[in-house]
Formats: sequence, structure tokens, C-alpha cells
Amino acid sequence: MDTAIATDDPGAPVESYDRLGRALARAYRLPPLAVAGAVLVLAAVAVLSAVTGAAGLPVTGVLSALAGAVPGVPVESTLTERQEAVLFQIRLPRLALGMLVGGALGLSGATYQGVFRNPLADPYLLGVSAGAGFGAVLAFGFGLDLGWGPFGAVPAAAFVGAVAAVTASALIARGSWSSPATLLLGGVAMAALFSAAQTYALQRLDETRAREVLSWLFGQLNTSGWRQIGIVGPYVLVCGLILFVHRRHLDVLRVGDDEARSVGLDPARTRLILIVTASLMTAAAVSVSGLIAFVGLVVPHLVRLLVSSSYRVIVPLSAVVGAAFLAFVDIGARTLVAPSELPVGVITAFVGAPFFAFVLWRGAARDLS
Amino acid sequence: MTGAGAGTGIEGRNGPTTAAAALTCRGLTVDLGDGPVVDGVDLDLRSGEWLGVIGPNGAGKSTLLRAAAGLIDHGGDVSLPDGRRPGPLDVAIVPQIPTVPDTMTVAEYTLIGRTAHLRWLAGESAADRRIVGDTLRRLDLARFADRHLGSLSGGERQRVVIARALVQDAPILFLDEPTSALDVGHQASVLELVDDLRHADGLSVLAVMHDLTTAARFADRLTLLDRGRLVTTGPPIDVLDDAGLSDVYGTPLTMRIIDGDPVVLPTPRHATPNPEETLP
Repeated sequence: MDTAIATDDPGAPVESYDRLGRALARAYRLPPLAVAGAVLVLAAVAVLSAVTGAAGLPVTGVLSALAGAVPGVPVESTLTERQEAVLFQIRLPRLALGMLVGGALGLSGATYQGVFRNPLADPYLLGVSAGAGFGAVLAFGFGLDLGWGPFGAVPAAAFVGAVAAVTASALIARGSWSSPATLLLGGVAMAALFSAAQTYALQRLDETRAREVLSWLFGQLNTSGWRQIGIVGPYVLVCGLILFVHRRHLDVLRVGDDEARSVGLDPARTRLILIVTASLMTAAAVSVSGLIAFVGLVVPHLVRLLVSSSYRVIVPLSAVVGAAFLAFVDIGARTLVAPSELPVGVITAFVGAPFFAFVLWRGAARDLS
Repeated sequence: MTGAGAGTGIEGRNGPTTAAAALTCRGLTVDLGDGPVVDGVDLDLRSGEWLGVIGPNGAGKSTLLRAAAGLIDHGGDVSLPDGRRPGPLDVAIVPQIPTVPDTMTVAEYTLIGRTAHLRWLAGESAADRRIVGDTLRRLDLARFADRHLGSLSGGERQRVVIARALVQDAPILFLDEPTSALDVGHQASVLELVDDLRHADGLSVLAVMHDLTTAARFADRLTLLDRGRLVTTGPPIDVLDDAGLSDVYGTPLTMRIIDGDPVVLPTPRHATPNPEETLP
């Protein structure tokens, strides 16, 4: 492509105008091919996940049942009643939870990387994981019950712990929304503190309880019906929408605070909004799924390396790819050692790390900023 | 030798002297924590002029620029003719060392300049994209539009940064040593470009400039800063005074008029007498 530009004669205005038009379109529009590809992959993963499991379901049956469930579509489900129950009460809720959590982690990972202008940033950067872990240990092992309404004791405690850790990080770095490095270091301090508290609390537990907590910490998407979806869904959707409409601001932040201000964006306020939103969303996801590592770090990088380095593209695509990735990995988590389960967080790292290493190695020449 | 060029009639080139102010600073003071970096500076940027800010390293030139643009906290008063403080719709800035993400395309980067014109959380409209397209074509950057910034040369990149500032559509343009990273040929072409744009669009330009000779050549007036204080403001021929400059820069400097333009040269401490000086 570069040689084509080098030989481009300035005396050929039509061609360069076309190129300019295309470049401008690409600069503000989502790339249709990449979006279509990501959505197709997500759909394929969804179907694969729905048919795979202890009780295998026929693909046509699943599709007919899904179509039939949509009001106004005259399709008769070909599944038996029992198969339908498996599909609607076990498979689909779990699939939906995987997609919500994966999408939330991908999206907030992308946001954190943009806000901190740091390729190492992930959703757990400001202590969300340590706070949630500490809360969960207290709920599991010490009977801390913050449950309220539809919120169970463990998710409620994890959520409160996560929000507390992020808030503490922000308080330490008070007034430094314009200095992401201070905030980041505040996060490091809080993460260390909450991790220590979590480890101490874990040590005081008996072995059975401790195992229970550990398996929660490694992340799982166990779900009983649709209840957890109802808890985490609204958070993810509302926060996701807020992050989505701010995606252009993340691109403006890439040129630095001074220049962002000079073109009319308040970097500190933008950072505040985005960090609060992404942290809330992460806390909600963590509270129902535990600590699923790697998704929030890797997914935005995959999009960046494969599609575009613009956050207008990275933000929405990270949500879709994150959803597909976690839903796919969860198929393995519940089938590989059936009838028992592998913690999905372990598999995300097992699958994700080598793949990520490969992509990084291929694209090592390219800048990640 | 002092003031040798006075009365040679070159002031006539140096722009309008009666135009209205585009931007006024009164008692502008910036304290970054260790005493004032900019100390009570009064400055009038006249409409349509090119005002050059000169001074040694650490004189507070860049800080003055950033404060006048409202990027940093400052004391004193900065106002537009209608009394408002300038914002991104009034002042566009070409920074000294612009942050240009290597993997951002020229089109993406230039579109960022439209931020102040967008409605809250809205994307760029067709009109915004047209302005960006027109500006890129005008600066001969159309064929670079889909290139990554990291693949451009220094001169090309500086043109892109100027394009980003131009699409901001502000009547005042601040330049902070816009050519410090460029060779002499690219320096000239970038400054010529800014000068052409200034005349074509009626921009007022406030530029921190390193090279005194270049500053004299492009600016209508110069402002000399020293340790945060304003020393003098006026036509280049008056500001570039041997004694004053030598004092501020702490090294002997000589100003000559060559073909009607002031040129500032270092005076070697053990210089042999210049033969020209001995001429009648």
C-alpha cells in the first residue's frame, strides 16, 4: 500500500480524492467487514454453546426452538419438552451470562487502556479484583451477608468490595484525574492491601470453605436460571452504552491531555466518567462470575492488532469479541472434565495466552499505544 | 553599531499597526510552584498580525502560550475583544512536541480537531468531514489521509498537526516553536505555509520562535521575554537590539541588516574586527 502512495501522482486529483474520501470514511465509521465478522463469530459460538453439553441438542432443533420463542414467528420447535428445558433454563442463561461478562470485561479493558494510555491496563487495574475477592471471602467464609432484594450474599459482598477498592484508589490519588499515573499507583496500593486482607481471611478458613472460595476466585459462570442475568444485565447494558458513546473521546485522549484540552475536551472529567463507568461494570461482572483473568487485557489488543488502533473501533468490537471469546471458552470449562467443571478463568488464560503471544509476535513491529 | 538598521525603512513590511486586538493579556502570571514562571506579562495580539515571542531557554515562552490559551492555571487576565476568555473555538494550538500516536491515521488525527464543534457525545457530521477533507487537500495532504502518522517524515507530520489546528476553525493560531524539529528547508516551508494561511484566512498568529532571524523574517512584531518578564515588544528591528539581546541571552550577539532584513549572529569573543565596520 505504501508503494502505491509513494508513486501516487499529485496530478491525479480524482484518485487522491477517492482515497481521501475513503480514509475519512474509515476514520469515523465502523469497518463493516470486521463488525460483520465479529458478529458472525459470536452467533456461531452461541449456537455451538447451545448444542454442546452433557445432553447434546440437535442444531436444527435449537434453531427452531429459538425462532419459535420469538413472538409472531410461525415456527414449531422440534425439541422435546425436556430438551427445551435444558436449552432455556440451563444452556441459554449460562451462554447469556458468559456473553455479558465477556463483553463487559472486553469493553472495560478497552476503556482502561484508553484512559490510562497504557497497553498493560486491564479492568482489574484499580483493585476491582482484590476488592471483590476480599468481599467474596468474607461472604463465603464469615457469613457476611449484604444480600438485598435479588442480590445474593456473595455477589453483593463482591460488588461492594470491588467498588470500595476502586473508590479508595481514587481517593488516594485525590484530584489527580488529570494524572493517570498517580491513579494507577493508587490502584496498585489498594490492590496490594485488599489482596493481603483476602489472603489473610482465606487462611483463617477451613479447607472446604477455602476451596469453595478459591474456585470462585478463579472465575465461574455457574448460573441458576436467569436470576443473575437480571442482576448483572442492566449494569452491563447501561454502562456499556455510556462507554460506547464516549468512544471518540478515548481517541482524543490519545493525543495527550494538553492537546485534548486545546481541542475542547476536558481530560480529567472524561477520565472520571469513564473510570467510574468501567469500574461499576467490571464490579457487576465480577460479582456474578468471579475473577476471570485475561479477557479484559487481551481482547482489546486483539482488536487493535487485527482491525484498528482507533477506540471508535476497539470499544464496540471489544464488547462483541469479548462476549464471543468468553462464551467459547466456557464451552470448554463445562465439557472438558464433565461432569465436573474447570474454572473458566483458568481456561481463558490457557487459551488466550498462547494465542495472544502469537498475535503479539506477528505484530511486534507495531506500536500498541 | 547599536540600532544600525533604524531608519532603513523596513518597518513598512511589518504589518498593520492600527488593527484591533484579537487577544489581550493583562498581568498574566503563572506560578508552577517554584516562583513565577511568567510574571505580569501584558500582551496584545492584534487582529491579523504575526506576533513572535522570543527569549532564551527558560524565559517562560511556552508557559506564556499555554496560559494565554487557557491550558494551565494562571493569574491576571486573558480576554477576547468581547471580554470572554478564549476557548478552543477561539484559539488553536500547534504544540512544541505534539503527541502523534504512531498508529493513528492522518484522517483520524485531523478529525480530532473538530472536537470543539461537535454536539455533546456526537460524532463528526458530513460538514465536519468536508472541512477536514478540504483542509487536507489544501495542505497537500490528501494522498496521506490513510497513512499512519508514524510513517510520515517530520515535515509531513508537522503539516498534519497544522491541519489539525486549522480544522478547529479558530481565528487565532498559537504556534510553540513549530519548526524546532525540522531542517532549514522544512522550517521555511512550514512557516511559509502558516504565513499563507494567515493571509488567506485572516488568522492572528502568536508564535514562540527559537531562531531570531527566522522570527524577524516572519513576525510583524516581536515580544522579548526574560525570566518570565516582558522586556520589550515592537517591530523586529527595534527588539533585536544588540545590547538588549546580548544582555538577555547572556552572550554577545550582533544584529545586521542584510537585504533589508535583520539577521542575528553570535559575536565571537575574540573576533577580529569586522572589515565592514571599518568602511566609511
